[in-house]
Amino acid sequence: MGSIKDKVAIVGMGCTKFGELWDKGIDDLIIEAAYGAYEDAGIEPKDIEAAWLGVTQLISAIVMSAPLKLRNIPITRVENRCATGMEALRNASFAIAAGMYDVVLVLGVEKLKDTGLAGLPGLGDHPVFGVSVTAPANWALGATRYFHHYGLTPEEGKRTLAKIAVKNHYNGSLCPKAHFQREITLEQALNAPIIAWPLGLFDCCGNSDGSAAAILTRADMAKNFRKDYVLVKGIGLAVGPGLGKEDCDYDHIHLPQTEIAAQQAYEQAGIKNPRQEIDIAEVHDCFTISELMTYEALGFSVKGKAKEDVDAGTFALDGELPVNADGGLKCFGHPVGASGLRECYEVYSQIQGRAQLPARQLKKDVKLGVSHNQGGHPGCLLPIVTILGRAD
Amino acid sequence: MTGIVSYGAYVPLYRLSRDEIARAWSQGSMGGEKAIANYDEDSITMAVAAALDCLNGMNREAIDGLYFATTTAPYKEKLCAVTVAAATDLRREVFSADFTNSLRAGTTAIKAAIDAIGAGSAKKVLVTASDYRLGAQSSEFEQIFGDGAAAFIIGDSDAVATIEGSYSHADELIGLWRTEDDRFIKSWEDRFVLTEGYVLNIKEAIAGITKKHNLTPKDFAKVIFYAPDARRHTEIARSLGLDKTQVQDPMFNTMGNTGSAFALMMLVAALDEAKPGERILFVNYGDGCDAFILKVTEKIEKHRKHQGVKGYLSSRKTLPNYETYMRYRKLVSLEAQRRPAWFSSPTVLWRDREKIISLHASKCKKCGRLFFPPQRVCNYCWAKDEFEYVRISDRKGTLFTFCQDNLALSEDPPTIVSKVCLDGPVGFYCLMTDREPDEVKIDMPVELTFRKIHDGGGYPNYFWKCMPVRRDK
Repeated sequence: MGSIKDKVAIVGMGCTKFGELWDKGIDDLIIEAAYGAYEDAGIEPKDIEAAWLGVTQLISAIVMSAPLKLRNIPITRVENRCATGMEALRNASFAIAAGMYDVVLVLGVEKLKDTGLAGLPGLGDHPVFGVSVTAPANWALGATRYFHHYGLTPEEGKRTLAKIAVKNHYNGSLCPKAHFQREITLEQALNAPIIAWPLGLFDCCGNSDGSAAAILTRADMAKNFRKDYVLVKGIGLAVGPGLGKEDCDYDHIHLPQTEIAAQQAYEQAGIKNPRQEIDIAEVHDCFTISELMTYEALGFSVKGKAKEDVDAGTFALDGELPVNADGGLKCFGHPVGASGLRECYEVYSQIQGRAQLPARQLKKDVKLGVSHNQGGHPGCLLPIVTILGRAD
Repeated sequence: MTGIVSYGAYVPLYRLSRDEIARAWSQGSMGGEKAIANYDEDSITMAVAAALDCLNGMNREAIDGLYFATTTAPYKEKLCAVTVAAATDLRREVFSADFTNSLRAGTTAIKAAIDAIGAGSAKKVLVTASDYRLGAQSSEFEQIFGDGAAAFIIGDSDAVATIEGSYSHADELIGLWRTEDDRFIKSWEDRFVLTEGYVLNIKEAIAGITKKHNLTPKDFAKVIFYAPDARRHTEIARSLGLDKTQVQDPMFNTMGNTGSAFALMMLVAALDEAKPGERILFVNYGDGCDAFILKVTEKIEKHRKHQGVKGYLSSRKTLPNYETYMRYRKLVSLEAQRRPAWFSSPTVLWRDREKIISLHASKCKKCGRLFFPPQRVCNYCWAKDEFEYVRISDRKGTLFTFCQDNLALSEDPPTIVSKVCLDGPVGFYCLMTDREPDEVKIDMPVELTFRKIHDGGGYPNYFWKCMPVRRDK
């Protein structure tokens, strides 16, 4: 397997506010994110040679070319469940690395709040297999088994998850673009209505509208756009048969695909000890249990010991390895196709020392960050791990 | 000689106290409780459960026909017997038929099975009868009716009870009815319906069959006869001069009148107590009568490998209140959940019928591993198209992990999403039914049950769920 390290640079990014944006249509979101990225990179629409669009609820590249008036260039719409945004970035990166294009636009977007539905729309692909099961339910299966396997009482398990929610709500409260900008207490999290036991309301991310975009170029051209460009250091993706829920052999406490995707990315980036070498991580916390299990899958915590790190505040904004400094999916929100690029947007901004509001900027030298985007749930997972690093 | 080769029954888990119904309507209570089908059960699913009880230990390949009797068929047009046959994994070559529209449908089906065997067109016929009738709210029927099913294999040899004689008559009388547009059962003035209908007919049938065979009611160890309610049952027993030991308990206090399955369930209960050599008189009523004389054989004592009525009656949970019953029967309109509507496709249901209804897993011929849903490429050894189908519906297992989902579209939240490891091992990802949410625990023993999953597409969509173990045999 080859390596993407130092071949592709991000020279501009844009991100809308995430949330229940009742007064904005999908065109508004696309225009805001794209023009934010154009401005950040200092380019004009005519400079774009190719584009990738990540969106799950609408099909075809026309969804983006129409509002942006992109004229007669190759545009591809990609979809890989909730990993759609980073899948768009991944494919665009390979096109740049192949030398096919010099400047490309990558954009992820979702308009969820026009459906009137609670939770994500169903897939509706089979009349009886997997019906009446929601995303929180499929993650709750992991939580129940994780608690059982590691001997946590439901109360201990829920308390551990609640601490993750409290951390992400604190981080989100500092973030002007986040969907939820309110701190919560441990008691609020523990006493919240149950969505899919053991997961309560504050264990579940927001359903949001939003969009994020990036301008990519060849690493050797990046300095023509800006000095503080950010390099892609590694990208990994591992997809399995997705039959873990049906398979007695799957233990429901590990995320083997995430472990392998991380290995691929770490190897390309030359990372040996992720917990020590990585300065910031954006982890796909669609549910708090996902963040907990992913600490272990990304090698931040020893297997079965993530609770100890949560208790120690390891992943807090001022902790050893800040995770979800922008509030994560929990508070920044989860417009499905946009999330993977939002996860990169935070790492990109922190590396540049340009996090919105000075209070949010990590009080340390941020050189290397990991963004983790995933679709699915334990046993049926599509995880993408992207390492971004400072140019020096 | 033609007779009953096997028998089984099914009584749903939940019971509703008649005092609770009476409370809801500020009316008098008849006392006792009635069996209530869960929200995901109907006459088809209960017939499948009774048929599986009856088939326990029997060779399913040997069944030549499947009859389904009910007054509450989920379909007005479309055969239900084929669904029961597929769910019980019978051969495709079985003949199948629904017997409907009469409380006598169950015994009419038995008579048809006897005749098929007599004519030599079948050696074994599986007869199921199942009902979940609705009395209008606050009516006497609402207190009287219960839900349940019975099943018999009628065969030409190895009978546990031989059928020594039968008798039928038809009677035209509009007593109870439901037309195309009625949801609840209607009745003409009860004194007329009972005296000119029920009482006269039952007496005529008993007189008819005993005379035909030169017997008297005294010659039977047990007399089983349909009755609309407890009072009429007692009155008929008294008028026939029957001894208390001869009268089969009609289970009004514990189960209720289960319609076309009722007399057949009484027969199952009687057979579970019967001794070799005993003679049983079995009479059913509905638009006339069917009557049979049975003689219990030596084989009966070795045969008792089923739950039967007694086993299922002892496995019970009390429904918390009348409102839950109204929700189960959709007698109230609830606010729609903000979730996507159910999806269904007859094409997919047809293509996957062996997986969905017969619950066949794939068994890899190379590595021997099982998988559900069946896989063309083995999940463990990559062998392609080297598998055979294996039924897993009768396997037991344990709960590997679960959750309680309040968000999912459901008529009875929370939805217990379950990952089960069945004997094999083979995983089964499914929903759990007949459960108390607080009692669900990792590693608890579970078994599978055929249920209605939803009504998407405008028809019942059936599949299997897991449930806490009820069958101990």
